[in-house]
Amino acid sequence: MRIACPYCGERSLDEFVYSGDATVTRPDAASPTAMEDFVRYSFERTNPPGMHRELWYHSAGCHAWLVVTRGVATHTIASVEVARDVARAASRTSSDPAAPAKDPA
Amino acid sequence: MSDRYSIFSVLRESLRGHTGWRPAWREPNPQRDYDVIIVGGGGHGLATAFYLAKNHGPLRIAVLEKGWIGGGNVGRNTTIVRSNYLLPGNIPFYEMSMKLWEGLEHELNYNAMVSQRGVLNLYHSDGQRDAFARRGNAMRLHGVDSELLDKEAVRKMVPFLDFDNGRFPVQGGLLQRRGGTVRHDAVAWGYARAADRLGVDIIQNCEVKGFKREGGRIVGVETSRGDIGAKKIGVAVAGSSSRVAAMAGLRLPIESHVLQAFVTESIKPFIDGVVTFGAGHFYISQSDKGGLVFGGDLDGYNSYAQRGNLPVVEDVCEGGMAIMPRIGRVRLLRHWGGIMDMSMDGSPFIDKTPVDGLYLNAGWCYGGFKATPASGFCFAHLIARGEPHPVASAYRLDRFATGHAIDEKGMGPQPNLH
Repeated sequence: MRIACPYCGERSLDEFVYSGDATVTRPDAASPTAMEDFVRYSFERTNPPGMHRELWYHSAGCHAWLVVTRGVATHTIASVEVARDVARAASRTSSDPAAPAKDPA
Repeated sequence: MSDRYSIFSVLRESLRGHTGWRPAWREPNPQRDYDVIIVGGGGHGLATAFYLAKNHGPLRIAVLEKGWIGGGNVGRNTTIVRSNYLLPGNIPFYEMSMKLWEGLEHELNYNAMVSQRGVLNLYHSDGQRDAFARRGNAMRLHGVDSELLDKEAVRKMVPFLDFDNGRFPVQGGLLQRRGGTVRHDAVAWGYARAADRLGVDIIQNCEVKGFKREGGRIVGVETSRGDIGAKKIGVAVAGSSSRVAAMAGLRLPIESHVLQAFVTESIKPFIDGVVTFGAGHFYISQSDKGGLVFGGDLDGYNSYAQRGNLPVVEDVCEGGMAIMPRIGRVRLLRHWGGIMDMSMDGSPFIDKTPVDGLYLNAGWCYGGFKATPASGFCFAHLIARGEPHPVASAYRLDRFATGHAIDEKGMGPQPNLH
């Protein structure tokens, strides 16, 4: 398996560090259900057998955090996105007032 | 008919041209309903069925297996058994398992080649020695055997290690003499045969496609061979736990990861026991056939593919070369992968689920094989009585919410690091 980093091109797997499921989002600590929300966020995973969106860190390269969409039974990679762009896109579409502010640029 | 294996039955059959043996287990068609259905015909599922029938019967029990029994992780592991744990929730459980291993072959009337050849964990620094001393003391306080060896004692046992020249010189080791290896396939076959003799239906090529519920309670399963009713269902499907639990609407604290194992060509007797490298992740033993059986780390990312990647092959072999350079000329015969149900704290679950009548046995990470007998024993107890067995009472599904994680390695909720 090789990952095509948007900055560095296709690189070997041992340049990257894996950081798990990219679909879980940090809950609002002020919410009345914060305790249960944090348990779900920290410990529970969908762990799908098909396509999985996951975080990779290009530690021996450009140090970018990436969101990789990968088939976990076949190791075919459907897309590689820069995690910052994914987070910005999510905050633009989010109606949550606690979401990070829009990028001024 | 020769039903019981013994020297007399072997002699009798050898005179009769081996015409009197009957299959070790039947191939029954599924009945309409059962008292208990176990999903998953691996070591844990078959052991559960055996102890249910033996200790809690009479019950009508079926084991449903998607492929063939023993085709998953019970046939893919490196066959090591040990009970050298540190934390209170773990030690009594794994020691119970060790005691069950010691009596297993008589109990099952099956040669599982249980071989208590010793498990030696090497240490390479003062800090690691202190941590191993603490672990050894915790084991002894729980009545488990352990010995802290210095460098000379280790040198006597395994003189061929690279003691002084390596990047991480060997300082000594923690030895559990009662640990060792067990022929893994024979464990699955032995439990299957013994369970079958107690009336358990082992149904292979029968994939569970969904659960049937009435008023929130489980009443059966939908399978590739039709619907089957059941009062209680126990799930023991290792790497497929999340998929099966999702059919019941559950989300588990588990990620599926691939772990590789390796075997070399056969060589003459070389390593007596099990040796593990403390400065990397490498463990090795020698099978009775002569092959060196070894393994190391997970590949490190979610995987449902039963095959591994090359960087990890290199990393494992580097670990081997670091500790025993003389295996460098031995050729690798095969390597393979199995899907581990990696839990968020590295410890397993044997618990009821929020769905009435559905029980879960999962999260064994890459330590499930040694746990097989106690896992089956305790899971059977839970299913039959509705309450956890005392030695497995810490393996609750809600332990993260209540702050009772059992994190043996202190890694936090990072399944790829346990």
